[in-house]
Amino acid sequence: MGDTIKLIGIVIVIIGFVLKFDTLAVVVVAGIVTGLVGGMSFMDILSTLGSAFLTNRTATLFILTLPVIGLCERMGLRDKAVDFISSLKGATTGRLLSIWQAIRTVCSAFSLRVGGHAQFIRPLINPMAQAAAIAQYGEIDEKTEDEIKGMAAGTENYGNFFAQNCFMGSSGTLLIVSTLNEIFKSNGIATEVTANQIALQSIPIAVISVVVGVIYALWYDTKLKGKYKK
Amino acid sequence: MLEIEWNTSTILAEVFYCMIGLILLLVGISALKNKNAEKNVTTAIFWFILAATFIIGPYIPTWITGLCIIGLAVLTGGGFVKPAAVNIPTAEETRANADKYGYKSFIPPVVLALSAVVVATVFSSLGANNAIGISAIIALIVAIIIFKPKLSTPFKDGVRLTDNVGTTGILPQVLAALGSLFTAAGVGAVIAAGVGALIPEGSHFIAVAVYCIGMALFTMIMGNGFAAFAVITVGIGYPFLIAQGANPVVVGALGLTAGYCGTLMTPMAANFNIMPAALLETKSKYAIIFSQLPVALVMLVIHILLMYFLAF
Repeated sequence: MGDTIKLIGIVIVIIGFVLKFDTLAVVVVAGIVTGLVGGMSFMDILSTLGSAFLTNRTATLFILTLPVIGLCERMGLRDKAVDFISSLKGATTGRLLSIWQAIRTVCSAFSLRVGGHAQFIRPLINPMAQAAAIAQYGEIDEKTEDEIKGMAAGTENYGNFFAQNCFMGSSGTLLIVSTLNEIFKSNGIATEVTANQIALQSIPIAVISVVVGVIYALWYDTKLKGKYKK
Repeated sequence: MLEIEWNTSTILAEVFYCMIGLILLLVGISALKNKNAEKNVTTAIFWFILAATFIIGPYIPTWITGLCIIGLAVLTGGGFVKPAAVNIPTAEETRANADKYGYKSFIPPVVLALSAVVVATVFSSLGANNAIGISAIIALIVAIIIFKPKLSTPFKDGVRLTDNVGTTGILPQVLAALGSLFTAAGVGAVIAAGVGALIPEGSHFIAVAVYCIGMALFTMIMGNGFAAFAVITVGIGYPFLIAQGANPVVVGALGLTAGYCGTLMTPMAANFNIMPAALLETKSKYAIIFSQLPVALVMLVIHILLMYFLAF
């Protein structure tokens, strides 16, 4: 035992997240408890929490981009994205999902909120992907329907997750920057990383995610063909 | 009090934080005015406290800011903060605007992203992180020139989206603070000692693999890559990779997305994997996770290889 008790904060975070308690409250409680078992005084904990919160205000800089993004949404940004998708013709399920994933990834890299399961996948992408399969093979069974739904929802997640850090103002990028700089500071190292560096270094994996996603979607096309072709 | 070394970059940063504080203040005022909404007064208090930490935080003792954060946690933990959801544009309005302006609505976001990179590279003395603030203002000016909206509209939209992001918006900031408390209390050292036994001395490849898989596993357990990142990077990423000469930028950038491979595989990330399944009315609750499994595993392997080759 001994030092192992210091891991109690992690246990609190895991239990809190699993039981779906309020995230912010769980994190703050975990921090305070960890500090106490680590032998810090309550005043020390408050000061550490306060000063780390202030130096990490960079992580919340993204709020400055919200007025312009909100304005563009009001001016029809999402509607035009829908227009573009609907104008595509003659696509198979896999090709359609590939194109959508590419678009979703680029938008995500530019911090455009063109996406969302509720806004895009349910009303637009899934119906089109299902329709493409039906147009090609006539009837499809329930299992295939479920698979296509899963594929469609996946494209949203891949594009969202693997490309969002390409934008230097994204909350993920800013989290990486503040976490690394906080580590450097507490270890007495005079280095700093910047959001720009993280954003540029996030590009390769974003590109790779599209390649992997497209291969997967096109493989799914051949799987469908194998299943339904007489 | 927070020690700040005043120069162009830090002064500019404080100006931006004051602007954020102003937006947060407006979110609070908008909540206060929205008398029909549930818990509108406590919601307003949340935003006012947060605004205060952004604007006057650096000039008051840090323990007071610490106390403010506990106050924020109590408010969200007790369920006293509710989004106001006002000023949402109607479908008719956005459709009419889309027909009027066409693809022009894509111009400001592209300006936003590109000018951020240009400012960060060319005017690096202004502080790289300030580039976000500068580019946000440039993009807003471009948008105002294109759309000629009422002056209040961008404010309303900024408040609407901030309210929409809600309390999770400050989560990255709080998690970074958690990471620093973990470091201060010596949590990183404990994890490092435990994991250290797994990693043979000098084996960079195994260290990379342990870090990436650790990120994915922790994210699967917690359903949240952000929280895992603070813990695993303090405990494994720093001592076994960065301190051994790995490029911190590569480790950081790929570390978080390695965690996202875990997000794709866990029902814990309900809003990405379970809620959408309900939305799509799939027969199996786990249809999305099953579909994502091969991609997640392939991406995790690629992360390990890429990090190994790029970081060392």
